[in-house]
Amino acid sequence: MFRSASAMDTTKLSTSESVSKKKGKKAKKQVQSEEKPVVEMDTVSEVKVEKSTSGATFPPSFSMSEIKNKQRRHMMFIRLKQEKRKQKLELKKKMKREREALGDKAPPKEVPKTIENQRVYDETTVNPEDEEVAFDEGTDEFSAYFNRLTNPKVLITTSDRPRTRTVKFIEQLATVIPDAHVYYRRGLALKRVIPQCVSHGFTYLLVVNEDRKMPNGLVLCHLPDGPTAHFKVSGVRLRKEMKRRGKEPTEHTPEVILNNFTTRLGHTVGRLLAALFPHDPQFVGRQVATFHNQRDFIFFRFHRYIFKNEKRVGIQELGPRFTLKLRSLQKGTFDSKFGEYEWVHKRHEMDSCRRKFHL
Amino acid sequence: MAAKSQICSIWLGSETGILKGVSLSKKQAFNFCEMNSLSRDQEVCVMAWGDENESEVLVGSVNGTVSTFSTDKGIFTGSRECGDPSQGRFTGLAVTDSSLITCVESGLLKVWKEGSTDTVEVNVGSGICRMRQNPSQRHRVATGGKENPLKVWDLERPDKAIFSAKNVAHDWLDMRVPVWVRDIGFIPDSDKIVTCTGHHQVRVYDPSTSQKRPVLEAQFGEYPLTALSLTANQNTVVVGNTHGELATLDLRKGLMCGCLKGLSGAVRGLQCHPSLPLVASCGLDRFLRVHSLEDRSLQHKVYLKSRLNCVLLSSREQESSSVDVTGDVEEVKAEEDKDEDEVWDTMETVTEKSKKRPAEKEKAAVTGVDGKKKKKLAKK
Repeated sequence: MFRSASAMDTTKLSTSESVSKKKGKKAKKQVQSEEKPVVEMDTVSEVKVEKSTSGATFPPSFSMSEIKNKQRRHMMFIRLKQEKRKQKLELKKKMKREREALGDKAPPKEVPKTIENQRVYDETTVNPEDEEVAFDEGTDEFSAYFNRLTNPKVLITTSDRPRTRTVKFIEQLATVIPDAHVYYRRGLALKRVIPQCVSHGFTYLLVVNEDRKMPNGLVLCHLPDGPTAHFKVSGVRLRKEMKRRGKEPTEHTPEVILNNFTTRLGHTVGRLLAALFPHDPQFVGRQVATFHNQRDFIFFRFHRYIFKNEKRVGIQELGPRFTLKLRSLQKGTFDSKFGEYEWVHKRHEMDSCRRKFHL
Repeated sequence: MAAKSQICSIWLGSETGILKGVSLSKKQAFNFCEMNSLSRDQEVCVMAWGDENESEVLVGSVNGTVSTFSTDKGIFTGSRECGDPSQGRFTGLAVTDSSLITCVESGLLKVWKEGSTDTVEVNVGSGICRMRQNPSQRHRVATGGKENPLKVWDLERPDKAIFSAKNVAHDWLDMRVPVWVRDIGFIPDSDKIVTCTGHHQVRVYDPSTSQKRPVLEAQFGEYPLTALSLTANQNTVVVGNTHGELATLDLRKGLMCGCLKGLSGAVRGLQCHPSLPLVASCGLDRFLRVHSLEDRSLQHKVYLKSRLNCVLLSSREQESSSVDVTGDVEEVKAEEDKDEDEVWDTMETVTEKSKKRPAEKEKAAVTGVDGKKKKKLAKK
């Protein structure tokens, strides 16, 4: 026992020693690394010496990247970060004290920069009073819908041989979009399906494309001769996967919210999505479908709301949830080979700036 | 209105029926129309210069009227009915010796004489996509369309085409190659004709030889080529397709020289400047873009709120003043050529380009020697 105790003691000593040794090593390391460049300067090329003497720093500084030992380098980096954080906190405290001291005379708080704040101004942003754009929109392919001459009738289908997930997705979409009919694709060519849809009075053809058992694309074709939009679908959450959801959506027509479609292209896409739903929402149903555009991604959510009193609203998310990203907008009905494209997403040209968005 | 129209160097026709004039030197765009009486059936299909000194613009609309717009006065001076919408849209408009030549999609090519109502009619076949006039021999006209091969007509002898192209041989599967001529261009100083097809082919025909099949065939991209324009130097041609890809092709070998970037929608109208190395393009993305052909960079980009159908460039003096930047560089180049070695010349011109053109600047950053400098330039 005595032996074991001593053994334990020695081990304890050793650990404490090792800790102190580490610290010592760190201290030594710093000194050594400071000395190293001095040594190197003498032995290695003249250019380095010239650099150090021409620079303003003396003694010559070293950079963390020159330490070859990964552990030591990492420890140095951690310490540097801690120092920086400390300085930042101190600065914040100082500013807060100054602000409190000045009271009303304090300068206004600075607004942090976000990518949405820094967005490059898009010259195609629509001015609400613009006559030419108003005429263009008043007489485009959606004018029949927006002048209340037609009601939407949507045909939903998928690519051939869909898997369970896609099938459930389109079934849920059909409950969200009023007057939607789901059909099995049967390997039919879309170019042949379209004239039949037109003769049956459909106004929209919605095709959900599937890849590797997941829905990943959406082709939305406005039917008489309207534009065809091709979207990339991501983040699909079916009803059973949603937490704290409400009961099934009812047959009432929902309200539609379109957020942040500011540019001319955004207007076209927004109108395309709005024309999926009938004009007059039934407020009795208290359901709302939201298409929120942020950074060129369109987020779709379907909620049921209830006003608890005049200022507070409770919302319950029902229905599927997915995000869309526009890949191309083609003038005319679906014709990917010979159709004329109004807008095509070209990754290398359009995605080079992080602050430039098109919708 | 007159002052505005006199400074405009580029004229565009839009789908909303508005004639737009753009002045690059002043960086302004003007609409010449009546805002109250706009309608979709006035959509501009074709545009052409009314006369040699480019003082009149002829605008052909969907409802069959051809209006004359005077650039000096800035107003529409007249219009005439040249057919009805049942026969399709205008696919070509040209002027010879005070008579107007129009062609519609159904194939009816008509020569309207000034003052009198009698017309010379030629049926050039159905499904016409384009009719173009030979700029050197004004009485010759070429037409082509979907399943309608290239035909050259002489209006003095309108019974039969002077030249009718033959389809190429069957392809490697021994199947007939479909024909779809989308745009035509006449190569100056020779009899040759260039066409671009909806099956992404560019073909050169030579009527002076006995060969009716194309002399040269080149392919570009995978999408239908919608517009074509010959450059000031005769060996290259610029084509655009439905995806907004513009490319310059060399007609000597049939190889692609380079692409012009920036367009995001289908190219509807394309024209090269007669003397300067510039090309103006317009399309469904509602922008007018002017690219320089020498370094393929974007010189001007103008947002015009409607989809654009046709573009007309005027060869006026104002163009040269607007292209100040390139003009200065060229002058400086010339001076240095005299004094210094060729090596120093090329070095200096590269840096000058990087200062003046932001597109080139990024390229210069990539080729930088010092790693740190590279990062700084990229951030800018």
